[in-house]
Amino acid sequence: MAAPFSWITPHPHGIYVAPADCWVDPSRAVEQALVTHGHADHARGGHSKTIATPETLAIMALRYNTREGAQPVQYGESVKLGGGVQATYIPAGHVLGSAQILLEFAGERVIITGDYKRRPDPTCPPFEVTPCDILITEATFGLPLFTHPPIADEMAKLLDRLRAHPDRCVLVGAYALGKAQRVIAELRAAGHHDPIYLHGAMEKMCRLYQEFGVDLGELRLVADHTKEEMRGSIVICPPSALNDRWSRRLPDPITAMASGWMRVRQRARQRNVELPLVISDHADWGELTRTIQEVDPYETWITHGREEALLRWHQLHQRRARALALVGREDEDE
Amino acid sequence: MQTFATLLDALVFTRSRNEKLRLIADYLRTTLDPDRGWALGALTDGLDFKAVKSSTVRNLMQERVDPVLWQLSRDFVGDTAETASLLWPEPLGEVAPPPSVDEAVASLTAMTRATAPVELPRLLDRLDPSGRYALIKLATGGMRIGISARLAKTAFAQAFDVSVDAVEEYWHALQPPYAELFAWAADGADPPDTANRPLFRPFMLAHPLEDAQLNLTHYAAEWKWDGIRVQLVHVANESGGATRLYSRSGDDISATFPEMVQALDRPAVLDGELLVRGDAQGGEEGGAASFNALQQRLGRKTVSKQMLAASPAFVRLYDVLSWENADQRGETWESRRKLLESLMPQLPASHFDLSQLVEARDFAHLAEIREGTRDAAIEGLMLKRRDSLYVPGRKAGLWYKWKRDPLLVDCVLMYAQRGSGKRSSFYSDYTFGCWDGDPDTGAELLPVGKAYSGFTDAELKQLDRLVRQTTLNRFGPVREVERRLVFEVAFDSVHVSKRHKSGLAMRFPRIHRIRWDKPVHEADRIEALRKLVRD
Repeated sequence: MAAPFSWITPHPHGIYVAPADCWVDPSRAVEQALVTHGHADHARGGHSKTIATPETLAIMALRYNTREGAQPVQYGESVKLGGGVQATYIPAGHVLGSAQILLEFAGERVIITGDYKRRPDPTCPPFEVTPCDILITEATFGLPLFTHPPIADEMAKLLDRLRAHPDRCVLVGAYALGKAQRVIAELRAAGHHDPIYLHGAMEKMCRLYQEFGVDLGELRLVADHTKEEMRGSIVICPPSALNDRWSRRLPDPITAMASGWMRVRQRARQRNVELPLVISDHADWGELTRTIQEVDPYETWITHGREEALLRWHQLHQRRARALALVGREDEDE
Repeated sequence: MQTFATLLDALVFTRSRNEKLRLIADYLRTTLDPDRGWALGALTDGLDFKAVKSSTVRNLMQERVDPVLWQLSRDFVGDTAETASLLWPEPLGEVAPPPSVDEAVASLTAMTRATAPVELPRLLDRLDPSGRYALIKLATGGMRIGISARLAKTAFAQAFDVSVDAVEEYWHALQPPYAELFAWAADGADPPDTANRPLFRPFMLAHPLEDAQLNLTHYAAEWKWDGIRVQLVHVANESGGATRLYSRSGDDISATFPEMVQALDRPAVLDGELLVRGDAQGGEEGGAASFNALQQRLGRKTVSKQMLAASPAFVRLYDVLSWENADQRGETWESRRKLLESLMPQLPASHFDLSQLVEARDFAHLAEIREGTRDAAIEGLMLKRRDSLYVPGRKAGLWYKWKRDPLLVDCVLMYAQRGSGKRSSFYSDYTFGCWDGDPDTGAELLPVGKAYSGFTDAELKQLDRLVRQTTLNRFGPVREVERRLVFEVAFDSVHVSKRHKSGLAMRFPRIHRIRWDKPVHEADRIEALRKLVRD
């Protein structure tokens, strides 16, 4: 009998499952890929076969033009991968379609969380705690200073600022997949039903969310409207467009940015942000450590982020952990 | 404390000066005494709590957070106060409501080194992260949020619709929480009692002389020396007297130039140029070193004996605002000048001399003299209306500064950086260089300066487009561009500097003309610039 867990091995460009000859979130093209969610540091085109949720497959088709070899899996559904390995997709609460992947082989259970959060999100089902032997977790916000505030507080800040400047607009920098739609959905939940204006790069992804039944209210494209029409409105753009020439067409925008990094003042100042909104689709320190305690694995593997601090936490709590050096992982806000 | 914390956060994230003024003014108008007075003290660096230092906060955190996790977090955030505010463990159970600024200040004042480790946590427990950040900044001093004392005073004046000159004038007589200042400005009480205090008087300033010609029967001319404008104030009082040296912005710089504080023991308010001994300005007769030498002494809280001996300071007097307790500001320049000349023998020649008038037959003659000032390495000429009273600020028609024509050099655009505020989407800050040899035989460009003014909005758009189209490399907000554009750069002087690879640094560089027409190999060489050094 082989050594425990020797069937699953981390490599710089992904996690390899030997008995089934498949990769989880590989950063280069492979035969068979299991993909947790649609962000570019986890999903890419070119695989012969891609197993993911229908939402993630739709996102990948839109972004990376991958249509061949798509094999959809519903949340809670298990697929046999061959070689005696079974994979089950479990909600991760990160973005539309995001999943943790539970791999079972020879009575051993490994969960790859992908990116996740524990806070409610109107655009995707919540993270489900599932017991396992090895938890392979992210650690994007793996420092104890990261505590994401309740999103309702951040929405109130945004709407207060909007009301205080009826002649201007608030330009919110938000990642085009996930953050943008969550911000819009949360604004609707906070009672803001005015049209929201979108940068062109946001349009298709918002339509896709709507097709999957996420209610985003009335959306308009900045390009179709005049400065005058946009006064007193919220405009959403990718972070890269915040200080770009593109923003010159807007009515005296107040620059906001929705990101977990906004918790640190200098980070916000570096980006010329006037209104930092601490909104993240990743687990904060409290969520990371609570999740590890609730799942209570035999060992934690940390894929990417600030792994030193989370390793230290394991040491302080007499838990087993190791850091995997995966390449190409980054936070989508940076 | 929460309102003050909200104000600090808003100021951190606001770039527009007007918006900062509005935020501070709103706070001062709507907050009660004495909270607003303490806040004003904090914004102007006027509070000091002996028992609470940055190390106090660090030690508290060591007891509460694992040292490895603290260090990793501190490295990420880069600021002890902010890291501590974020990592402070939320207290268990009921806590008292947040303290008012007044309560926090009272508690901080009462702390000793022995009690601080117990008392400071009690305050921190009652605050949220923003409140904790504000409290720690308040307690340890040095807000570092880009608010100058002058900006805070201007906001105060704006809040209560009083003159900022009056605020400046009372300011140095008062202590936080400035109860008399608020009583006067907000509630219409009598102005604060300022007798026998070494007060700052707002400076009278000059307009640039554009193309006008002045009649010298009405205007007197004197050199404009290249130092820093200062005001030296002495008052007599029970404890033997007090002397202060103020900079143009009203900052107290007495500690930086202790020799000047000792040099005046007569009740007086004197206006002049602070210089250090040397012979770059005005030759041997003038006896002043270049601005570069003075700069070595600026910005120091304490000054070494060596420095005092090597670069002694003195003041070249322009004006007298008060002598033996008699306010002279209501007198004409002519009569003040007469008084100033008559009292010179009573001041120690080691530390004071008189700014000489420049005699000219007529304006044309004066222009000729001004042309000759290049070698004297002084800034130019001042023209003062002979019957002008000493009025604060810039009043049209009274005083003019007539700077000598700037030096010009042709440089090549090398790097561009995004501006801030309204210019944040434009590449508006330009670094330019000169050739270190013959450009036709492989010479390289070395950066010599950086400028972000001197062009129109239309030109800015053209420059921005050029930068984007000719980018070679990106370094964060900076782009390196192809060497293809020549700027004619104007500057006041150039000095030897270790900071730049070229070994030179310009003073007040600005874009004089954009030479779209000029080929880059015709731009100037470093040698040409070096010849203009007058250190």
